[in-house]
Amino acid sequence: MAVTLTTTAASRVQKFLDSRGKGIGLRLGVKTSGCSGMAYTLEFVDEALPEDMIFESNGVKVLIDPTSLVYMDGTELDYAKEGLNEGFKFNNPNAKANCGCGESFSV
Amino acid sequence: MALLQITEPGQSAAPHQHRLAVGIDLGTTHSLVASVRSGTAVALPDVAGRALLPSVVHYQADGEIDVGWDARSNAAKDPRNTIVSVKRFMGRGIADIADAKTMPYEFIESPGMVKLKTVVGELSPVEVSAEILKVLRLRAEESLGGELSGAVITVPAYFDDAQRQATKDAARLAGLSVLRLLNEPTAAAIAYGLDNASEGIYCVYDLGGGTFDFSILRLTRGVFEVLATSGDSALGGDDFDQAIFNWLTESLKLDALTVEDRRLLLTEARLAKERLTDDAVTEISCSLLNHSTVSAILSREMFIELTKPLLGKTFGPVRRALRDADLQVEDVQGVVLVGGATRMPHLRVAVTDFFYREPLTNLDPDKVVALGAAIQANALVGNRGGDELLLLDVIPLSLGIETMGGLSEKIIPRNVTIPSARAQDFTTFKDGQTAMSFHVVQGERELVSECRSLARFDLRGIPPMVAGAARIRVTFQVDADGLLSVSAREQTTGHESQITVKPSYGLTDTEITGMLSAGIANAEHDKNMRALREAQVDARRLLDATEAAMAESGHELLSKLEWNEIWSQIYELAELLIMGDANSLESLRQCTETLNAVTTTFASRRMDESINKALSGRQIESINI
Repeated sequence: MAVTLTTTAASRVQKFLDSRGKGIGLRLGVKTSGCSGMAYTLEFVDEALPEDMIFESNGVKVLIDPTSLVYMDGTELDYAKEGLNEGFKFNNPNAKANCGCGESFSV
Repeated sequence: MALLQITEPGQSAAPHQHRLAVGIDLGTTHSLVASVRSGTAVALPDVAGRALLPSVVHYQADGEIDVGWDARSNAAKDPRNTIVSVKRFMGRGIADIADAKTMPYEFIESPGMVKLKTVVGELSPVEVSAEILKVLRLRAEESLGGELSGAVITVPAYFDDAQRQATKDAARLAGLSVLRLLNEPTAAAIAYGLDNASEGIYCVYDLGGGTFDFSILRLTRGVFEVLATSGDSALGGDDFDQAIFNWLTESLKLDALTVEDRRLLLTEARLAKERLTDDAVTEISCSLLNHSTVSAILSREMFIELTKPLLGKTFGPVRRALRDADLQVEDVQGVVLVGGATRMPHLRVAVTDFFYREPLTNLDPDKVVALGAAIQANALVGNRGGDELLLLDVIPLSLGIETMGGLSEKIIPRNVTIPSARAQDFTTFKDGQTAMSFHVVQGERELVSECRSLARFDLRGIPPMVAGAARIRVTFQVDADGLLSVSAREQTTGHESQITVKPSYGLTDTEITGMLSAGIANAEHDKNMRALREAQVDARRLLDATEAAMAESGHELLSKLEWNEIWSQIYELAELLIMGDANSLESLRQCTETLNAVTTTFASRRMDESINKALSGRQIESINI
């Protein structure tokens, strides 16, 4: 079981962590909400929780709680630019359907 | 597929509920929009990668509206329909715009704010500003991938209510919901304070396109307190361009210039100024409408010489603010430079020399205000957890009440942080006085006639008492939005009366700066006037009391000689008082003193008599001592 970051995503996360001045890594997660049932969360981490699964990808610590990992195993996090917009993008092999906006998904 | 940003721990929003917030610096020459993305404030660039948007709007006959770079490059061709530096007209009447005559616009006086006549009709500065904001809103929505929940827009610290309201109106017109208007220097401090986690006393030296603002702030544990603000609302980078322009026209004897030529030369002057930041010498060359060529060489030394007076003008407000905050140059832990004009090397040298330290320049001086606004906006929409950001503001001019003799008694001195409440006790002036009239004033001067009148109200139902016995508590309260309410309460009966006023209503920032400097320049005169008014009040009080006593018991208690002596002294004092000569302070004091002296015997006889009356016909045992 694992999740990974592309090199672009990893360098971005590192940059954001540096300018934020604190934080040990990046938390990925899912929560049940949204039009397709599940939504991704993406947060800075100041403190790891006891149940957290910790991975390291391209030098960045990624923390996921075990429940979320079930839905996210094999996910690759990328950083992309679309026109003026830019941000992180989940490539999740478990997702069967995304809602039109891509903010939520179902398995 | 939506692109996501990293949020603070526990702050993840539900899908479709992202609170997108931006900070907008609506500047005189440039405007820009910034937002916090993945925890970092960044300026949002346009398709060409440019963050700055020139605050220029070009109206064309076919209804097309250009905003920004294209509009600016057209400025020389169609000056009348190309509105630059519209911020200077926000919330202003034509009388407020000092250099209206030299501007290529057709101003139309209209109630509250000037309008500009263009090919598409009469436009209010609010509408022009809204066009700039609209472009920034669209850019932000495209960059952030969604509709904005709100924006923080920055304004100069000296903007009055009318100007702030105009800015809010422009934002609403552009489809933005305003979370808060934020003073530009404070925004700059937020950008530096949070990003660098600095604490201490900081100064913000903001030389923008059209305004100079100087602020002193205290940063402690994320709390920003504005200790003092000052500035010059008619001094900016534009004036440095104008200095080059003036030098050009004078040295090359260019007169009878068309508006197009004028605009072209001003643009050339600005470009020359910008080149001189890196180069020691620059060439200005362009051809005018009549095909004559303008060509000149400007050295950095010459430029420094030309603009020395302008640079010097910025340090007056700097000194004043330091004095207000009761600080020495040594107390300042850092100076933040804001505004493109602060890139000028000789300005940085001057600031370094004044403060004995290098100013902070690690954030882009053009962007720093927008970045701070973005951080504030992000906090206001609730995207930031934990450490709250509290912002305290100050009262720009003292608030007071008129007392006897037309003097202003300051109740809340200027630069007190708001919200604030202060109370002071006043009393009646005449025997049996049952009502009191209150006049609320704002300003630094001692005389009410030289301060700005804010409101008047009456307190009635004071029980009749001898002069000076009533206790009337006057409370001034200024809430977080700068709204002032004044209440007066008679302590024994609880009779109360109150009024709510907006302190800065109707005050232009020029008036505020003018009133401030007048207060300082006239301190000596004011002090003398105050002394005179006080002497007059004393004299009047003594006259009233003496006359009343004479009528009551003068005949019984005084010899003919004494009677005459007191009356002649009363006449003399009354005459001096009526003349009201400003130079008569000493004689007025002496005369009051003399009347006091000649009535001493009379007063003690009256005292004896009233004791006699109280005691006569009573047994010694019946008197409780």
